[in-house]
Amino acid sequence: MRVSKSPRKPAVVPRPRVAPHIAALPKSGIRDFFELVNTMEDVISLGIGEPDFVAPWKIREATIYSLQRGYTHYTSNLGDPKLREAVCKYFARRFGGIYNFKTECIITVGVSEGLDIATRAVICPGDEVLYHEPCYVSYGPTVRMAHGVPVPVVTRAEHDFVLQVSHLEKAVTPRTKVLMLNYPNNPTGAGMTAEDKKKVAEFAVKHDLLVFSDEIYDELSYVPRSPSIATLPGMRDRTIVFNGFSKAFAMTGYRIGYAVGPHDLIDAMMKVHQYSMLCAPGPSQFGAIEALNNADEERDQMHDEYEQRRNVIVKRFNDLGLHCFKPRGAFYVFPDIRSTGMTSMDFATSLLREQHVAVIPGTAFGACGEGFVRCSYATSMEGIETAMERIGIFLKKRGLR
Amino acid sequence: MTTKNLQTSVLALLRKNARISVQEMADRLDTTVARIEATIKKLEADKKILGYTAITAPDEEADEIRAIIEVQVQPERDAGFDNIAQRIAKFNEVATLYLVSGSHDLHLEVVGHSLQDVARFVSRKLSSQPGVKSCATLFLLKKYKESGIVLDKEEGDARLKVTP
Repeated sequence: MRVSKSPRKPAVVPRPRVAPHIAALPKSGIRDFFELVNTMEDVISLGIGEPDFVAPWKIREATIYSLQRGYTHYTSNLGDPKLREAVCKYFARRFGGIYNFKTECIITVGVSEGLDIATRAVICPGDEVLYHEPCYVSYGPTVRMAHGVPVPVVTRAEHDFVLQVSHLEKAVTPRTKVLMLNYPNNPTGAGMTAEDKKKVAEFAVKHDLLVFSDEIYDELSYVPRSPSIATLPGMRDRTIVFNGFSKAFAMTGYRIGYAVGPHDLIDAMMKVHQYSMLCAPGPSQFGAIEALNNADEERDQMHDEYEQRRNVIVKRFNDLGLHCFKPRGAFYVFPDIRSTGMTSMDFATSLLREQHVAVIPGTAFGACGEGFVRCSYATSMEGIETAMERIGIFLKKRGLR
Repeated sequence: MTTKNLQTSVLALLRKNARISVQEMADRLDTTVARIEATIKKLEADKKILGYTAITAPDEEADEIRAIIEVQVQPERDAGFDNIAQRIAKFNEVATLYLVSGSHDLHLEVVGHSLQDVARFVSRKLSSQPGVKSCATLFLLKKYKESGIVLDKEEGDARLKVTP
């Protein structure tokens, strides 16, 4: 073999193997923390963003039955028509919006895929997307991956983390195309009242924005629920509602969700979905049909248990002197730890090392989460009580109680 | 908002765990200990709570045997099934007693110390009651679930320790 002595000149400047807009994405803020937790035994985790319940047996059994019958094939791109019909009926029954299952509904691989394909379907490079922070970790990256510009709008403790239209007005520009909403909210547990929704809807109409409303936690509301923002005047034609099965029916691993909205937008989402995902997994779709048609009681039982845990954990935090507003929904509390003088990351790391309790630093959900930590109460009451005792000891040792 | 009122919520908590403290109930239901205590008192006075018991795992050592007995009876004019049911209910051996629809009328769960014990009760006491037409005795062999609790525990928490 001959080896050339002089290195050849590169014909072109070496290109980065990874696309710059992907290289620039932050790794999810809780990754390092997760690695640390994994090295430890006997951790009580308040850091888990999924139900501690296993999916109700009737849903699992229906899934198994679909496999027994040999339903192991592709479904329609939009999702099995029986599931879409069940989704639209359920949506009308629970959230008050009427959608045609043939043209205005798509089954997705969880809400995460739904948000991704909707963003890719509507965003041109440089278009701006407004959303609130703190928020679920995927919002900013989803927009960037579609070559859009994420424009986070800060929400604050003094408003119980509800988006304020005055803040939105400062952030909106002629390039703003979409407003993303997630109430009840992960990580804060904040919820919007009917009045809050009305104000935001008027803002969206005024600036002619599309609205992506991620309502995955809506079934886990602990105050009287108000109809979806999509049902307000002028909203139906500009709103895509995302929902799914992970939280209300404890089906996270099924990876199944849906979107309903105006036909042209659902149709555009379908194109992206068709060429990437093809369809949501068949067995998950059959489990989901059972969930919508026959699992109201199981859903309500889980809901009531979460609500009771919320009452307990909110009381415990406030008794410990860490102010914690009462969340309207989801299964998170977002206590204020500023009185400890620690940063969110210090607090979470020290608590984990010293007391083996895992909570998530608020900063994982946006810079404005500084001074707060997210605690999930999707864990047993015994786990919550023990964790809260340990947090009490943690504070006492620092003379903070 | 919880899907139940306070009485129903208290009952549901006690059915799950009769030893739950009033403080925990108050915290869970976001109310005061005094209101919980008043609610329990009322439930007891109204005979909506009849007693408190433990759900126990089957004890291989215990000399106890249980059987379900399906009884066909001749109902009486006016009284129907009530007189005969009340007579049968008085026996200590009878743990539970229902009037049911279907192929038989009374459905009993009977407790004895041995097979013979239960057989003796059926032949000497039960089938000889006036109005009893027939008895079918089904000895219980193994308990899989009681009061909503599955006896063979399912898999533990399979979740990752931290997820967004």
